[in-house]
Parts: sequence; C-alpha cells; structure tokens
Amino acid sequence: MNWYRVTNVQNIPLREGRSVRVGDREIAIFNLGSRFLAVDSRCPHQGGPLADGIVVGETVVCPLHAWKVCLRSGSVRSHSEPACIESYPTRVEDGVLLVQYPAVSAVA
Amino acid sequence: MEKLVVVGNGMAGIACVEEILKYSPRFDITVFGDETHVNYNRILLSSVLAGEKAQEEITLNPLDWYREHGIRLRLGVRVVDVDAEQRTVTGDDGHVTDWDKLLLATGSNPFIPPVPGLDKKGVFVFRTLDDTRSILEAAAPGTKAAVIGGGLLGLEAARGLQVRGCEVSVIHLMDTLMNMQLDATGGSYLKQRIEELGVRVLLGKGTQAIHGNGHVEGIEFQDGETLACDMVIVACGIRPNVELGRKAGLEVNRGIVVNDFMETSHPGIFAVGECVEHKGTVYGLVAPLIEQGKVLAATITGNRGLTYKGSLLASKLKIMGVSVFSAGSLDESRPATEVVRYEDPALGIYKKLVLRENRLAGVVLVGDASDDHRYMSWLRSAADLTSQRKSLLFPAPAADQGIDVAQMPDSEVVCGCMGVTKGAIISAIHDQGVNTLSQLKECTRASTGCGSCTRLCEQLLQAVAPEFEEERKKSICACLPFTQENLREIVRSQQLKSVQEVLDIYGNGIGCEICKPALSYMLDMIWCGGHEEDRSARFINDRVHANIQRDGSFSVIPQMPGGVTTPAELRRIADVAEKYQVRMVKVTGSQRIDLLGVKKEDLPRIWADLGMPSGMAYTKGVRMVKTCVGSEFCRFGTQDSTATGIELERRLQHLHTPHKVKMAVVGCPRNCAEATVKDIGLIGQEGSWQVVVGGAAGKSVRKADLLITVETRAQALEAAEVFFQFYREQANYLERSYDFVERVGIEKIRKETIYAPEPVRRALLDRLSKSRAHARDPWLERENPVHPTQFVQIEAMEGTPS
Repeated sequence: MNWYRVTNVQNIPLREGRSVRVGDREIAIFNLGSRFLAVDSRCPHQGGPLADGIVVGETVVCPLHAWKVCLRSGSVRSHSEPACIESYPTRVEDGVLLVQYPAVSAVA
Repeated sequence: MEKLVVVGNGMAGIACVEEILKYSPRFDITVFGDETHVNYNRILLSSVLAGEKAQEEITLNPLDWYREHGIRLRLGVRVVDVDAEQRTVTGDDGHVTDWDKLLLATGSNPFIPPVPGLDKKGVFVFRTLDDTRSILEAAAPGTKAAVIGGGLLGLEAARGLQVRGCEVSVIHLMDTLMNMQLDATGGSYLKQRIEELGVRVLLGKGTQAIHGNGHVEGIEFQDGETLACDMVIVACGIRPNVELGRKAGLEVNRGIVVNDFMETSHPGIFAVGECVEHKGTVYGLVAPLIEQGKVLAATITGNRGLTYKGSLLASKLKIMGVSVFSAGSLDESRPATEVVRYEDPALGIYKKLVLRENRLAGVVLVGDASDDHRYMSWLRSAADLTSQRKSLLFPAPAADQGIDVAQMPDSEVVCGCMGVTKGAIISAIHDQGVNTLSQLKECTRASTGCGSCTRLCEQLLQAVAPEFEEERKKSICACLPFTQENLREIVRSQQLKSVQEVLDIYGNGIGCEICKPALSYMLDMIWCGGHEEDRSARFINDRVHANIQRDGSFSVIPQMPGGVTTPAELRRIADVAEKYQVRMVKVTGSQRIDLLGVKKEDLPRIWADLGMPSGMAYTKGVRMVKTCVGSEFCRFGTQDSTATGIELERRLQHLHTPHKVKMAVVGCPRNCAEATVKDIGLIGQEGSWQVVVGGAAGKSVRKADLLITVETRAQALEAAEVFFQFYREQANYLERSYDFVERVGIEKIRKETIYAPEPVRRALLDRLSKSRAHARDPWLERENPVHPTQFVQIEAMEGTPS
C-alpha cells in the first residue's frame, strides 16, 4: 500500500484523461474538476486506451467501441458480460497528484 | 335539441365541451370566441415567444374538430350582453343568439395597474396569441425591454424576449420573485439564476409612470429612479372576466360564484375556468379548469352527481434551464408545522418541504425540480410520511427510469394539467392501439398542457406500447432535450460559445459522447471558428488530429490536393515511414497515402518531418477531392479536372462538416474519379459543368442528384460552395450529405442555395469565407499544442513509492 507521486496536476486537463506508468502498471488518470480519479488504462473489452475517451460525469467512454467504464469502481456499465478493472485512490499534495498502489478498496 | 351557447373559446371552455361530447349528443352547440384563433394552448405562449414552439404547434382543436362535432364556431365575435330571462346573448356584431343553457368560460383579463403612460406605443400585455405576435414583431436584437411583474408570466416573457436578443429588465413590486409561489430564500435562488441567464432583476420597485413622446422611452419608479427602454410588457397578474356574469345578474364576488356542481345562481347558466370562484378561490392554472370541466359536463348533461372539491395549487416555471416548482400551502405559522430544508448555493439548489402532522402540506423546489411528481403524489394522497422521513429530500435513486414508471401505481396522476392517470394511459395504449406520443395526446389529452410530463408519457409508451416510435423530431440525446435544429437556434440567439455553457444552461450539465462532439461542431460552424474550443468535448481523433486504430495507435494521412503529389513529397513520406518504423504504408481509396501504426507521442515529429498539411482523414470534415487526369493529359478530357479539383480542395480545406465530405472532379462524362457517387461532384463536359450532390458509395450506395449545370468553372465552384455551406448549416451532426439530400429534397435545396435570392446566396458564401479565414491546418499544433501534454506521454515522477 504505497502512494506514488505521479505528476503535476496541471498536466491533466479538465475533463480529460492521461495515462501514466506507475510501478508495473499503466494507469489512466482523469481530471473531473473537483477531483481526480484513476483506473487501469485499458478497457476490459478489447484493450482500448481509456485515457483517450470522452468523460461523461464519472464515467469514461472507451474510444474504440464506446464501452462505458465507471471511474470510481472500474466497473463496466450497460453491458451484458460483467467486467471490471482496478481503480486507484488518488490525492493531491502541493499541486502533485499521488496514486495509491497496490490499490485498497476504501472501506473493504 | 337543446341549444347550448358557450362564451369563450379557450382551454377551459373547449375542454368542458370535449367532456360534454363524451355524453350522448344532446346539444346544438355554438361557441363564441373573441380571438380569431381556434382553441390553442395558452400555457405554451411563452414557448412560442422563446422560439421553442411554432405558433401552429400549440393548436389544441383544429377547425376540423369543430366541424366534425357539428359545433358552430363564431370567431372574432365578443359577446357583450346576456339576457338571463329571455335566454339570449348579444354579440358585438349586433347578432342575438338564443340559448337553453349558457356556459360562461370567459377566462381572465390582464390586470393593468393604474400607471400613467400605459397607453403609449410599445406597451404590451402578454395574454393572447395576438399579443405574442405583436411582441415578436416589436422585439429585435438590442431592443431594451422592461417587463413589469416578476411572477410566472413576467419571468417567462422576460426569458422569451432575452432569447430574441433583447436587453431585458424585470421590475417587481415585491422583494421576492414569484412571491405568490416562493418564500424569500427560494426567490433569491431564482433571482440569481435569472440574472445568470442575463436578465436584469429589479426588486421592490413600484412603477410611477411610463414616459415617452407617443412611444415608450422609459419608466419612472416611485423612488425617483428611471430606466430607459423601448418596450414595456405588463405582466402584473390577471383578473377574472366577470362582466357577463354581472350582466346576467349572477352572484359574483371576485369570480362568478359556483357550487360543487359548477352551477351558478341561475338554473340555466353555468361557468367554468378562470372566471369562476369556488369556495372563495379563483384558479388561474390549467389543472383545476380541467377538473371543473368534468364536473360541469356531468351536471349540464343531466348526470348531476360528480362534485368539484377544489384543486391543489401547483405551479411550474417553464424556462429552459431554470427549474422552479411550487405546490400546496407554504404557511409555516399553523400549529404542528415542520419545515425540512436543503440548499446548496454553489449548485443553486433549494428545496423546502412544509409538513403538517407528518403529511406534506407544501413544497418549493428551485434549481432541481426533477422530483416534482413524487411530491405531487404525496400532496394528492396526503400520505403519512413517517416511514420516509430519511429520504424526504433525497429519494433512493432508481436504477433506471423504466423501473420508476413500472412502480408507479395506476391511480397516480401522470399529467397534472389534464388529470390523466397512469391507468388511463396504459389502457389507451392497450385498448386503442396507441403507439406514438401524438396519438396519446389525441386519445387522452395527456401532455397537452404544460408539457412537463412528456418524458413520463414517453417512458410509459416505451415500456408498454409494442411499436412505440420516438417522434420524428428527435432530441439529440437524453442530456439535452432539444432537436439539433432547436439547439442551433438556441446557440445563435443565446450567443453561447462553449459546450459546457450549453450543457449547463440547457442540458444536464454533464453531456455525453454523443452530444459533446455534436455541440463542438455546432459551435464551430455557427461562430465560424470564433467559439471557445474545448478539447475534452472532442473525440480523441480531433484531440490529436489522427485516426485511432484498434491497438490504440494512430494513422497519419497527409493532404494531397486532387491526389497530385511530387517526387520530393514521396521521398519524405518514405523517409518518415522508415524513421518511425511505420507498420504499414497504404494507398487509400481517396488518392492519398496512409501511414499506419503511429504512436501518439510521435505525431508532432512525423508531421514536422513530412512538412505536409493534415489530410483530415480522421474527422467529420472535408476529406479530399478525387480527380481524374483531365484535359492536360487525357486524350478524352474536355475540362481541366485536376486543376479544378485542387482549387476546390484549397477553397474548402480544413473545414469541419456534419459528417465527412468526399468530393470528386472529373473532366469528361466517363467519370473516372466516380464523381456521381460523391458528396459533391463536378462533372466537366464540352462547354459546361454539372454539379451533383448527395452521392454515396459506402455504407449506402446512391447516385448523386444534379444540383445545376453551369457554363464556367467559376460558376461550378461557386455552386459547390453554396451547397457545401448550406449542408454545414442545416444538416444534423453525423448526417451524411446523401441522407441530408434525401431528407430535405433536392428541389428545396436548389431553392435555398443556387436559386436563392442573391443576398441569401451571398450570405452563405460570406459565412463560408469567414469560416475559411479561421480554418487552419490542425497539424500546426505541433508547434503550439493546446495543452502541454496534448501529445506527450507523461512519465511518473517516481516509479517507486514515496
């Protein structure tokens, strides 16, 4: 359970995502204005780059086939086969974004 | 047959006649209306003023309806006298009509405060369709308009005028807007929202006089201040129109007094609507009128038994982007009253419930009125809320809205205005085969009042009707309840320049992957490139100007105007392909070269090394102009197709369009570059050019329609440009030219483009020039990225924990 210093918050534009390699994982981080949310960078469907998707509320829409992934839970919405990717806690310290990894579910 | 005369051709009178007709026919009916229109939906006049509805859209009963039911309609005749003994009415045309039963549905008149100067030109009331028309004629962009009265009607009028581009001030005598429906806190939230929309609000202002030499020039207030204006709308409330009741000798207080059976003090005379007073209350809303009409119909047809028990008062402000709902009694002074309140100043949300003995007595919602249905049903049923105390203000969210509808009991009222229950809607769907919203309106009258239940009705149709088809005029998505045509109008009139602004004011504030790119296109097109670009609202292709591939890499296609290239360009392409280890080099179907499998972070350097502009092969925009060899080389060529194609491509390059636009120019009718299956094609022949549009050879195959045949190359290029700009402005986002041409029809397109009056054609070309002046090669963002990490792969500061 470690916090990684990732990048300056200004590097992730409002309502967009960016992917970053943290430890041995590639994580997509999204700027929702009031907070940052982080999930695994690849869509559980066919591995589309989620950081390139359009943000819709707390969901990102995969640019390849429009699967909708919840940025809080990592779960995929509105598809028959249940699928889920990891989500990661984030916090901001002195303008730097930190991601916790390996992830812990907040209140297990 | 008994003669029934109805005085008043408005919503109350005609709704009552509709109810009377449900009983076996027993009357010879004559309806008098002093307006010259058939019965229309008065509640929607504010929507007409705001341009959300066309005048003809608000008709409730067309002339045919009167004809079918054998109703004699006397339009434009004001009844000026009633003789209750002789049982006659007299019109202002002098004509006397006999009756056996008389129904007074005379409604209300606008209240005009005693202020000097209200007779000047430029002063209007806002009550009828004709008033609305006059206001629309006088309101031009920049007109300074003052609305006296900050109630429902005044605010709706103000918003309507502001949408038309007027500078609007609302002047209210009290310190709280909508003080009849809101408390002070609710009023201040509303004031803030109205001001955010750009309407000035002046509170606690009494009007002293209207000044101006013949025409309005300004208002003087009681505190001595003044306000310059070109136009004044008086919206100070309404007064029941009881004059005929008095002349007939009926008992009249504020309204014509009726009992629970809707009978007046005269056995042959009945009254319904805003002109009546029942148990001391006069109603100015549509729902009570409908309830009264049902009771009156029973009484007047000899089926006396139903009684009117008074109505629950509920009102909803109909201004897009401003939610206000108020119902019941807000009196907090009575014993055993509790108040539950929630407010969030940042979100502009205020909710207040007044409870009495654990039952809902009144409710105010500002900023978020999505729960109004729940509160109305609590008010109607007077349900004991003890078990729901924890979720009074925040219901557990329904997983999806379909469930919500299914859980609603059959007795619950869906359309509050017309009093239509869920059960009535379901049985109309099952028993009468209703499949569309308009059929539902026809059969049940649901959703023909204020229209706020439309969504619920659609959900019911969706859940129950086997072949429910969404109405043809579809809204763009659930985030924005508008058609694209409406949205274009809204964006123009409201001067909205950013996607988020449109979503905040007119939508759900969030948007989705469907509406955000559509709005991005719309703003760019309307403001000719002068909008606020928001890349988060764009698909990834338009964020990095390359086409995303299945593995997340990108493809790069440089521009090659007319498909003509040079040895130097080919060499650079070959060098780039090797240097960046491009996985595949492919000649496309559009006479260009595609480099596939490129990493995002390599894009700027590849573009720089290529030194060629973007071919826009990843976007909804101008793709390319395919050409044949033409008269320069081809032994059959009659026109210089290559040079013409290059010229066409240069004129339209880097412009965005509703969907991709592929073009072709050929130099003879052999058509080697397939111009007849392109969005725009120029076909050269001996001494002339044909311009064809709306062709397709992809998902659909369609031969293009001939737009025009012209003599010169310049004329052909101009015809193509005029059509191109018309398509940009009128097509819906993601509508290919071939669908657009089919939808609109080539004849209409000709009339509005090449055969349009010179100023119209000129304006289309001017707007195209303006867009062209803003259009630039997107690949130049390699020098000036819109964001420092637009193309950059971010490296974590530390790969190991801190």
